[in-house]
Amino acid sequence: MDAIRFFLNGKEESYEGSASDRLLDVLRDTYRTTSVKCGCKEGECGACSVLMDGVLVNSCCVAMGAAEGASIVTMEGFRDTKRYAVLDQAFAEVSAVQCGFCIPGMVLAAEALLGQNAHPTEEEIREGLSGNLCRCTGYNAIVNAVSIAAKEGNGLW
Amino acid sequence: MEKISQSVVKKDHEPKMSGHSVYVGDYSGDGVLFGKMLRSKLARAKLLRVELPSLPEGYYYVDKNDVTGDNNVNIVLDDTPVYARDTVEYIGEPIGMVVGPDEKVVDRLLAEIKVSYEELEPVLDLRKADTVFFDYEYQKGVLKQAFAEADQVYQEEFMTGYQDQTYLEPQGMMAEPEENGHMYVHGSMQCAYYVHGAVMRALGCGPGEVHILQDVTGGGFGGKEAFPSILGCQVAVAAKKANAPVRCIFNRREDLEFTSKRHPSLCTYRVAVKNGRVTAMDIDVKFNAGAYTTLTPVVLQRGIICASGVYNIENLHVHGCALKTNTTPSGAYRGFGAPQTFFAVEMMMNHIAQDQGVDSLQFKEAHLVKQGDATSTSGKYHFPVPLPAMIDEIDQACDLRRKHLEYQKPQTGRYRKGIGMSVWFHGAGFTGSGERDHIKAVCKLHKYPDGTVEILASNGEIGQGLRTTFPKIVAYELNLPLEKVYYDHPDTARVPDSGPTVASRSLMIVGELLRRAAIKLRTQWRDGEDQIVEEHFREPDFMIPFYLDKFQGDAYPTYAWGVGAIEVEVDTYTGTSKILGAYGSFDVGTPIDYNIVIGQMEGGYLQGIGYASIEHMDYDSKGRIRNNSFSDYLIPTTKDVPNLKCMLHVEKYPEGPYGAKGAGELPLVGVPGAYVEAVEQAIGHGAKLNHAPFTAEDTLRVMMKEAE
Repeated sequence: MDAIRFFLNGKEESYEGSASDRLLDVLRDTYRTTSVKCGCKEGECGACSVLMDGVLVNSCCVAMGAAEGASIVTMEGFRDTKRYAVLDQAFAEVSAVQCGFCIPGMVLAAEALLGQNAHPTEEEIREGLSGNLCRCTGYNAIVNAVSIAAKEGNGLW
Repeated sequence: MEKISQSVVKKDHEPKMSGHSVYVGDYSGDGVLFGKMLRSKLARAKLLRVELPSLPEGYYYVDKNDVTGDNNVNIVLDDTPVYARDTVEYIGEPIGMVVGPDEKVVDRLLAEIKVSYEELEPVLDLRKADTVFFDYEYQKGVLKQAFAEADQVYQEEFMTGYQDQTYLEPQGMMAEPEENGHMYVHGSMQCAYYVHGAVMRALGCGPGEVHILQDVTGGGFGGKEAFPSILGCQVAVAAKKANAPVRCIFNRREDLEFTSKRHPSLCTYRVAVKNGRVTAMDIDVKFNAGAYTTLTPVVLQRGIICASGVYNIENLHVHGCALKTNTTPSGAYRGFGAPQTFFAVEMMMNHIAQDQGVDSLQFKEAHLVKQGDATSTSGKYHFPVPLPAMIDEIDQACDLRRKHLEYQKPQTGRYRKGIGMSVWFHGAGFTGSGERDHIKAVCKLHKYPDGTVEILASNGEIGQGLRTTFPKIVAYELNLPLEKVYYDHPDTARVPDSGPTVASRSLMIVGELLRRAAIKLRTQWRDGEDQIVEEHFREPDFMIPFYLDKFQGDAYPTYAWGVGAIEVEVDTYTGTSKILGAYGSFDVGTPIDYNIVIGQMEGGYLQGIGYASIEHMDYDSKGRIRNNSFSDYLIPTTKDVPNLKCMLHVEKYPEGPYGAKGAGELPLVGVPGAYVEAVEQAIGHGAKLNHAPFTAEDTLRVMMKEAE
């Protein structure tokens, strides 16, 4: 069987394993991008969120076969960008990070949202992050952080 | 705002934000064996035989016969086994563990194991349970006379269900045999020294032969207080047998179904009223402990101490017992027994007020305790009780008094509104004499020749901010920039035992020890030298000693206070409740970091709303928990409570650092009373709600009855 070719954080990779393997497991075990967390493996919590061709997906629900030719971005790739720097500062300013387990997925959800809508209302932010569970914060700080990032990062998205 | 309260960038912000933080599941798996549990399929049975398939080389089956020390997990009592003894007592009880290098092979082997049981009748109904694990009782005043002289006597039952902590990172532990024969155990936990004591005992070795490190921990909320001691023993026994590192990470279903959660409760209140005032309460509290005792005695103690709420009840009798059922053992969860009884007493007060024809807010206000009053256990409220001012603040924030009267009028139509208020406290620190007699906290500061200072303590950062607030205190006293002071995750080989990360105690108790240690270091500071200072817990002089046998005295040195109001709109066609606003005023003393404290308040409040409204979990007639996934057990998302406003009211505690009190648990404790009162008011027509969570289905049931 042919290897599955895809781009991970901009680098071309060819995966030799099964097409039915989960993207989540492959990212964590084979490529060691461990910012991608496993919170439920059932597509409900969003901790394993990654960007697949710019679209937010739960990597636990993506089979490797479906990743053929796709560009996958995880926090390992995103954290070197200017957009990350703006989000980072905003999250730091309002202390939006508590236990941290949901955060890489949450931040990628924010990136996906702002990519679609650079100046979202609070309601739109809440909608955009609604697939990512956080048990620590009550969400206010995270929603505020995304709102601040949208303002501060004017023009980046 | 005081300088110490000003927010800083959290010290663990960068690694967590960027995804660099290493949680226990993130370590490389090279040379590490997967460990997976063989679990009981029955709620109660004798274990007859475990038949194993042939195990490939490098694969092991581990059970009670491999426990080289004592097959008891050291928690409070000695009944929780490391691996099942001759019986199984709940569905999911670990019988053994299969370990090996390939996860798929481990799964196949587990599926091929045949377990023979002799099935026994399980006890599942709390009302019929007859094994009493713990039984406590206390009273004050003259109960009989108060009831004899009463104008009215009210009696009602209240029930609360399970709540799962649902930290986003499931339970996970890893054990690694070291070259010198010692065992190194690390993972997701709140209490490194609890795990240390437990593993030492299970392996039958000395304190120096085991050390425990808390890894970056993805949330705890009590769920990682005692449970990691059990899992830590299980992986340590497996690693010892395999002589290789073993890691066991739970999947979400396993975690929801088989780890400890909040005790379900059944409370019966009998209340005497004379001249419109409550004169006596006679309260019976039952907690469902599950199959083993774990932390239940301490949870029950806190629960019954809170049974009369924030009200001055002169004649009081409280009886509490925790009963065994053949279900997953219940355990610690933020609030620790208090949310159950606060719900009951708040609803009881509402219902009495309704019957007396008085607004429940005024009725509650008329009964509030104040400074100098006796506590339920005949201790004393030594410090000011700021509740009246906090209720006013809530009223200003959401027009509580006016709305409460307005929504009390009969409502018809599809959409109806209600607003509820609940008032509560949380006793900070260990219950009773725990800090003085059991914990005896010790902490150290290590100053290095380059002038940096390391904090040595055993409390764990679990998201609540200790890696930031502890250094803030020390840096403040030493006049150092925050970068010069640091606090790493504790390893028992390096840090003294400053006690567990529980009971909202870390900042108030250990934070104060660190403040005193920093003052000591400041007075002894010598540039360029290596220096260590140490500080020990001292009980404040003003305390009225607590005696557990009499259940009398100061159960806590001081109290954090909470007032919550929730406004809802109920859709009587669908049963769903939309939360129009949730407001909280919290007194946790001086915030050591404003953002951190507000984050605790908002997070705890939302967990409380989940507990009150949607987090329904129960077991079936076989004792199996069915709500074991995020599609069956719902926790709040970003969209559920968009209008959540928390504010701080500062009443300083002189024995806490800069006036700080316990904070973490408070915001959850009284929330169900406010939410369910709001729904009750919206439903109207004399409905008296008496259980939490109160879900959309529950509302529909009431509406169907109304239609009959």
